[in-house]
Amino acid sequence: MSGRDRTPVDDAEVCVIGAGPAGGLIADRLAADHTVVVLDAGPRFDPSDRLERQERAIRPSYDRPDVWDGDPERDAHAASGEWFYPLNHARVKGIGGSTLHWQGMVMRLHEDDFNSESARGVGVDWPIDYADLRSYYAAAERELGVAGADHPYAPPREEPFPMTEFEPSYSDSLFADACERLEIDMHPVPNARNSESYGDRSACVSYGTCQPVCPSGAKYDATVHVDRAESKGATVIDRAVVGRLEHDRDRVTAAVYNTPDGAEHRQKADVFVLAAGGVETPRLLLLSESDEYPEGLANSSGLVGSFFMDHLFAGMGGLLDEPTRQNHVGFLTSECHQFYNDADAEIAPFKLEFFNYDGPSPVTMALTGDDWGDALLDRVRADYGNHIGMGALVEQLPTEESYVGLDHDQTDPFGNPVPDVHWTVDDRALRTIERANEIQREILTELGVEITWQVGPDNTGPAYHHMGTTRMSDDPADGVVRPDLRTHDLQNCWIASSGVFPTGGAMNPTLTIAAIALKAAGHIDEAL
Amino acid sequence: MQLTRRDATAALAALGATGGIAYGARHFTSDDETDADDTDANTDASDDTQSSEGDDHLRSTLVAVAGVLYPNEVEGIEGFVNTFLDGRLDDSPHAEGVRSAIQTLDEHAEAWYNVKIVDMESETIDGLLREIGADTADEDPNGPTAERIRYYVVNELLLALFTSPTGGELVGIENPIGHAGGLGSYTQGPGGGQ
Ligand SMILES: Cc1cc2nc3c(=O)[nH]c(=O)nc-3n(C[C@H](O)[C@H](O)[C@H](O)COP(=O)(O)OP(=O)(O)OC[C@H]3O[C@@H](n4cnc5c(N)ncnc54)[C@H](O)[C@@H]3O)c2cc1C
Ligand code: SF4
Repeated sequence: MSGRDRTPVDDAEVCVIGAGPAGGLIADRLAADHTVVVLDAGPRFDPSDRLERQERAIRPSYDRPDVWDGDPERDAHAASGEWFYPLNHARVKGIGGSTLHWQGMVMRLHEDDFNSESARGVGVDWPIDYADLRSYYAAAERELGVAGADHPYAPPREEPFPMTEFEPSYSDSLFADACERLEIDMHPVPNARNSESYGDRSACVSYGTCQPVCPSGAKYDATVHVDRAESKGATVIDRAVVGRLEHDRDRVTAAVYNTPDGAEHRQKADVFVLAAGGVETPRLLLLSESDEYPEGLANSSGLVGSFFMDHLFAGMGGLLDEPTRQNHVGFLTSECHQFYNDADAEIAPFKLEFFNYDGPSPVTMALTGDDWGDALLDRVRADYGNHIGMGALVEQLPTEESYVGLDHDQTDPFGNPVPDVHWTVDDRALRTIERANEIQREILTELGVEITWQVGPDNTGPAYHHMGTTRMSDDPADGVVRPDLRTHDLQNCWIASSGVFPTGGAMNPTLTIAAIALKAAGHIDEAL
Repeated sequence: MQLTRRDATAALAALGATGGIAYGARHFTSDDETDADDTDANTDASDDTQSSEGDDHLRSTLVAVAGVLYPNEVEGIEGFVNTFLDGRLDDSPHAEGVRSAIQTLDEHAEAWYNVKIVDMESETIDGLLREIGADTADEDPNGPTAERIRYYVVNELLLALFTSPTGGELVGIENPIGHAGGLGSYTQGPGGGQ
């Protein structure tokens, strides 16, 4: 449908809230056999606008949230924690969700990530194991289309990746000698990005603007699954902001949503799937408080919104006295998980990344300088060409002090309190950032790099992965959802999100979100 | 370095006029055209002169400004800019912004120098752009004059150059950001080897 008729669907069996990868995959899995409606707060973007969005990505006058029409009023939020959290750089609202903007690296969590407390002595164990998710991971890789190759540090897998990996970059080849001398292994990054054509999506053609927009569609985004769900009969309603879940003691009865014309609607369904991401999902549960559930819905544990986690970035880079060929593509081709499995109570798991786009690109330098003509040419020639850098992602532990709550002093255009991301980071994560920096310094020094920048414990920032806020647990007292992703409290309400991760690991979360969504879809199908 | 029609269509393809490949044959003589693969795309576009007379003045003005903004070693500016503008000067708000920024620039030229930009020496155009403040301004399509000129004129032209393969090559990147140059280049070393 065009998205203009935003009235509820009669006799819906499944109402999915959120059209990112979690909601998209579930809608796609269920649409053939059930009446499915998907509600998303953001707009449906016209695929033919992507080059215009690419221009916004390149031009300095646009901020990242502008690329996908971020709306400061709709997306208002607070960040009352010790650490500022830039929420609107960390998500996109609209059909496709945050994958419209994402980078698209997709790794499976390692086996110990599911057993952090027993294997590493910190965090909490998941109530499920890697083995429980393994077949869902394989299915998720097929759904997204992942180009990758196995390596010795990854958890066991039974079949090859759906696509061959991207070749290492020239920049990787510079790192390779130094890493070999230091006995540090480099291996390919699994990318949700086509190294060859995949289904009806083209191979990557190297626009280089993957994050925040891929004009060719070679980078996976969740419009793939939302479109497919629609073609199977699902109804997708955009600009439908769900502000409350009506319920009785045991069940959600309706999702109440607002549309741009100012109308309020109630979508009834047999089953509700909350897939609004790791911040908006707990917010919606808290907004749905009632006499029955004064602390918010699905919150008899009191843990809705608790244990907010992200991954921390650590990085370093500088200049080499030879060409490094950065900024040809916008994705990474090599990484290192060698130190990941050494994690313990003192040092968190972390992975290392080898950049292909360190330093400014010529076009950005041209658009932001005070010069033109030959002076500009001289400046760009002097500054482009020799940058080289590394990144790392580090796990943070779940702690009570880090949470998503409501800010009752500020409301969105519909009068609902905005989310407050109260973010703090534990000392183990900060120590691990130092450890990652040490290894980065060792590699860059071996390579002969003059180090010019570092992101360490004092200036680290988040990787935009929202985890922990609707934790999965066996015991209803310890979490919000059961291992089958249904909320403990409500019989017809499921959550598919990185919010269910009890401990986060240090892998980008979306492949695990996709695996969990597929698992949830199976359970929902059974329940229906 | 010679800018070709392929460069202009590549810049258009990067910036949102994907029909670009059919544009621009009339702006290049066959001498300009260094990319042999592209020549057959020339044939059916020879009469697509869409611009009004007003736009002709606009085009000449932008060509003159590009002569100042682009490094001296860049050749083929007129054909490149005109082909780029074929794809950009439609009835979009962006094109209107370009038209109005050029009008403002011309008004300043006439007020301060008594001539239109097309009749100015390069050094005078350079001076005019600096006096307006377009060199130090941050681009902003809705900002004051300097920021609008920076957005719609200076950065419009720099964007076209530096998202094109030849513009990239000038600074050592034959597959610049915004250009869909294929998966070959990122694995190659500086000499073209692996
Ligand atoms: C810059 C960036 C880079 C990233 N890179 C990577 C990466 O390389 N690898 C990786 O694994 N992950 C990456 N991520 C994270 C990844 O994008 C998310 O993990 C993933 O998109 C989460 O999927 P989701 O479906 O749970 O939520 P989202 O994709 O965020 O989708 C949620 C949807 O819910 C909708 N919604 C929210 N509230 C409401 C409401 N009240 N009513 C109706 N709809 C609502 C939103 O509009 C949105 O469309 C990145 C993120 C960013 C921002
Ligand atoms: S480099 Fe990135 S933006 Fe370009 S086609 Fe490939 S995936 Fe898309």
